[in-house]
Amino acid sequence: MPRLAARVLREGSFYGAVFVLVTFAAFPFYWMLLTTFKSDGDLYNLKSNPYWFNAAPTLEHIRYLFEETLFVQWVWNTALIGLCVVAITLVVALPAGYSLARMPGRSAENLGIGIFLTYLVPPTLLFLPLSRVVAAFGLQDSLWSLVVVYPTFTIPFCTWLFMGFFKSVPREIEEAAIVDGCTIMGAFVKTVLPLSVPGILTVVIFAFTLTMQEFVYALTFISSSDEKPLTLGVATDLIRGDIFYWGELMGAALIASVPVAIAYNLFLDRFISGITGGAVR
Amino acid sequence: MTAIAAFTPRPRYRFLLDRSELLGPLFIAPAILYVVVLVALPFFLAIYYSISAFTIYDPSYRFVGAKNFFDVIQSEVFRRTLINTFIFTIGAQIIGLLLGKFAAMLLMQDFPGRGLARALVVLPWAVPVSLATLAWQWMFDSLYSVINWTLIAIGLVNAEHPPQWLGQRDLAMIAVTVVHAWRLFPFGVVIFIAGFTSVPKDVLDAATVDGAGFWRRNYQIILPIIAPIVVIALIFGTVFTFTDLSVVYLLTKGGPINATQVLGSLAFQVGILSGDVAHGAVICLFLFPFLLIAVVFMLRALRRREI
Amino acid sequence: MASVLTIDIRKQFGEVTAVNGVSLEARDGEFMVLLGPSGCGKTTLLRVIAGLEKATSGEVLIGGRVVNELPPRARGIAMVFQSYGLYPHLTVWNNIAFPLRTQGTPREQIRRKVEWASRLLGIDHLAHRRPRQLSGGERQRVALARALVREPTVFLLDEPLSNLDAKLRASARSELKAFQQTVRTATIYVTHDQVEAMGMGDRIAVMDHGTLRQVGSPTEIYEHPADEFVASFLGTPPMNLIERDGGSLGFRPEHFLPKKLLNGFAVQEFQFRVDRMEYLGSERILYGALDGRAAKREVTAKLPAHVALDGISAGAWHPFAVRERELRYFDREGRRPSTDNGEPPP
Repeated sequence: MPRLAARVLREGSFYGAVFVLVTFAAFPFYWMLLTTFKSDGDLYNLKSNPYWFNAAPTLEHIRYLFEETLFVQWVWNTALIGLCVVAITLVVALPAGYSLARMPGRSAENLGIGIFLTYLVPPTLLFLPLSRVVAAFGLQDSLWSLVVVYPTFTIPFCTWLFMGFFKSVPREIEEAAIVDGCTIMGAFVKTVLPLSVPGILTVVIFAFTLTMQEFVYALTFISSSDEKPLTLGVATDLIRGDIFYWGELMGAALIASVPVAIAYNLFLDRFISGITGGAVR
Repeated sequence: MTAIAAFTPRPRYRFLLDRSELLGPLFIAPAILYVVVLVALPFFLAIYYSISAFTIYDPSYRFVGAKNFFDVIQSEVFRRTLINTFIFTIGAQIIGLLLGKFAAMLLMQDFPGRGLARALVVLPWAVPVSLATLAWQWMFDSLYSVINWTLIAIGLVNAEHPPQWLGQRDLAMIAVTVVHAWRLFPFGVVIFIAGFTSVPKDVLDAATVDGAGFWRRNYQIILPIIAPIVVIALIFGTVFTFTDLSVVYLLTKGGPINATQVLGSLAFQVGILSGDVAHGAVICLFLFPFLLIAVVFMLRALRRREI
Repeated sequence: MASVLTIDIRKQFGEVTAVNGVSLEARDGEFMVLLGPSGCGKTTLLRVIAGLEKATSGEVLIGGRVVNELPPRARGIAMVFQSYGLYPHLTVWNNIAFPLRTQGTPREQIRRKVEWASRLLGIDHLAHRRPRQLSGGERQRVALARALVREPTVFLLDEPLSNLDAKLRASARSELKAFQQTVRTATIYVTHDQVEAMGMGDRIAVMDHGTLRQVGSPTEIYEHPADEFVASFLGTPPMNLIERDGGSLGFRPEHFLPKKLLNGFAVQEFQFRVDRMEYLGSERILYGALDGRAAKREVTAKLPAHVALDGISAGAWHPFAVRERELRYFDREGRRPSTDNGEPPP
């Protein structure tokens, strides 16, 4: 029956295409996963089929990672940096976003876009002069340099996110509170903030993931191994001379990637809405 | 008779927290301050360095005017770098966004496992650049590349001379482009899906009733309507690729012999590793005109958002 | 020959039956209104006729041909959507020209047709504007021009007035009706607004929960409703329904008058206690209850304002009456037994 054959062909090529795309996207992670748990003998053997385990999987790399490298220290560093940067970002971006959302007139929109555009200024343009600034403040080779510098890209983007978010909260709620006796500040704290928890959560997640992902500033400012954040430490320190410790490398990469990937998947829609300026919901 | 309480004037600072003209600018001030001090200032500092002869070995400020610019422009390595940066950017956008659009159309259909497929497709973009690049570095390894193993197993390649993805000039270019495109395409998928779903249903129905078939609907109706969103995505993608340092630095360190050097990695090499801040700053500044153009286009796209 | 004929159309979405066996005919040149509350299936039926949805069972015939397997563009239909569905990135001119371009019409012919349609609808001065620059009424006219230009066998309109503000709606309504009478093309018009339906329709098809309750002219539907649903759906305030022998007795508020105004006519009398009154300028609405008769909701009487209210006040009982020929009887299932002209059955 030509009809059935046509249908099989159509469905087959559809699923085939999906499979190819998903494989293209996800294979490197599968590779990460495999490498982490393969014993060295299996890993560095040219004869064995690399797509699956040829010897028993091992936790050796993970153990080495946790016990004999500074991995745990790096995780700790990243967490500390992340927390501080998120705190700074919230304190600065939330009021700014709110103010821009409630300000009347075109100037607010323009200022908001202006702040957002600074997000486009890349680390690779500024890292060189910033390294001199950091040195001048005596912060070189310290993770505090990152705590100071990272908000330069989290603040613009998060202000933009907050601006969009607060615009969607109706003014009537605040006006009702003001009529009921609050000051502007009071109305904001009592009515808008409790409603903003999802927005704040989104911003926290994104500020944190932006911080976790950063590499250029970390590479430029920090050289001591124990000050390094995760992304830097893994990329530079798990190499002895010319030898790459692939098992440990992939293990570290895997562990660091998982939380970020989960966070992105959960908050994808909001991120897109933020990036396209609310044109798309 | 109702008595209205006598209004005694209070000190002027009483209603401070009610004055929106005061609170407004106050709230924005820290953000603007941060941006000015840590973005604008360093930018001017970069210009300042670029016209000096500042190196970390001799950190005295000596004005040399445009000499550094000429040094850099005349360098063969720099010209190669500039071309590379454009090649990678354009190549990655084309492959990444085309794949993204195609994948978006597929992922909009309902099929079992769609949620999982979407989550997996987002991974390359979600995961930190450096870690993903490391995985690719391992996949392109000179000895143990899984890609080579597969090619040899299929018989497409000679086992004696497997391709050196990171060691041969042309292959290295391909490798870098592929990694960039791989990182970009999930972003494209997400943007296109969001765009497709934002087209009002009535418009699509009208097009069907008016006789537009699948391709006409796509290219004459849907694409023009979502154009502003796609442009925004394109600008982001272009900026990320053009100003990249991580992928090149980790994958090839700019090699083999500067074959895959880009502006970002070259600036790092010259300015930090070699300590020549002045020339490094010049290289960085070459990013600026390009960014300016991107900003202008972004502004126009943002203004045309509401159609 | 009917322009559109549907034979026992059934449409299911999974478990839900949206349209449950509807057979309907729209004649040449007639303005047929599909009327019903939200969710009754009228829009789904329209979309099945258009070809945007496939019928689960049943046949659709347009111009005498079975069109079930044909795509919308081949059915000889044109459709105007609730939010008009204008192409936002094209000018008015290009919006109207679009359906002609898809058919590969030669350029000269496109130009002639677009100009003709624009002129007919009075929008030729808007040719180079974009939809976002137009008012609601202008957008509707562009949508109509785009439909007109296809010279279809039937126009399908899906609540096109519901996005206009109230003031505009009345004038848009008469413009639409005048337009249809000029082009004399069969039209199927979906709405939930009974005023629109009564004002515009040559015939009205009342739908509820996927089934057709009654089809007829506005007069037939209003004066001889086939069941309680139709009786209650049309008319503001709705028809009064009182319990009688397991079924109901119905009469419209405008026929429920003080007894002394109906002297000399054969009437049925009721004691009416007025609870409150509304003065609406041209008429008065009295709300209350009947003595000894249970009713589905508050009993209402609609009096023209020039009728004197002497003696009628809130709280007291007054003798009111309804002419016998205005009484309608509904049986246990809420349907009117088929008699002609509402003669009460024994």
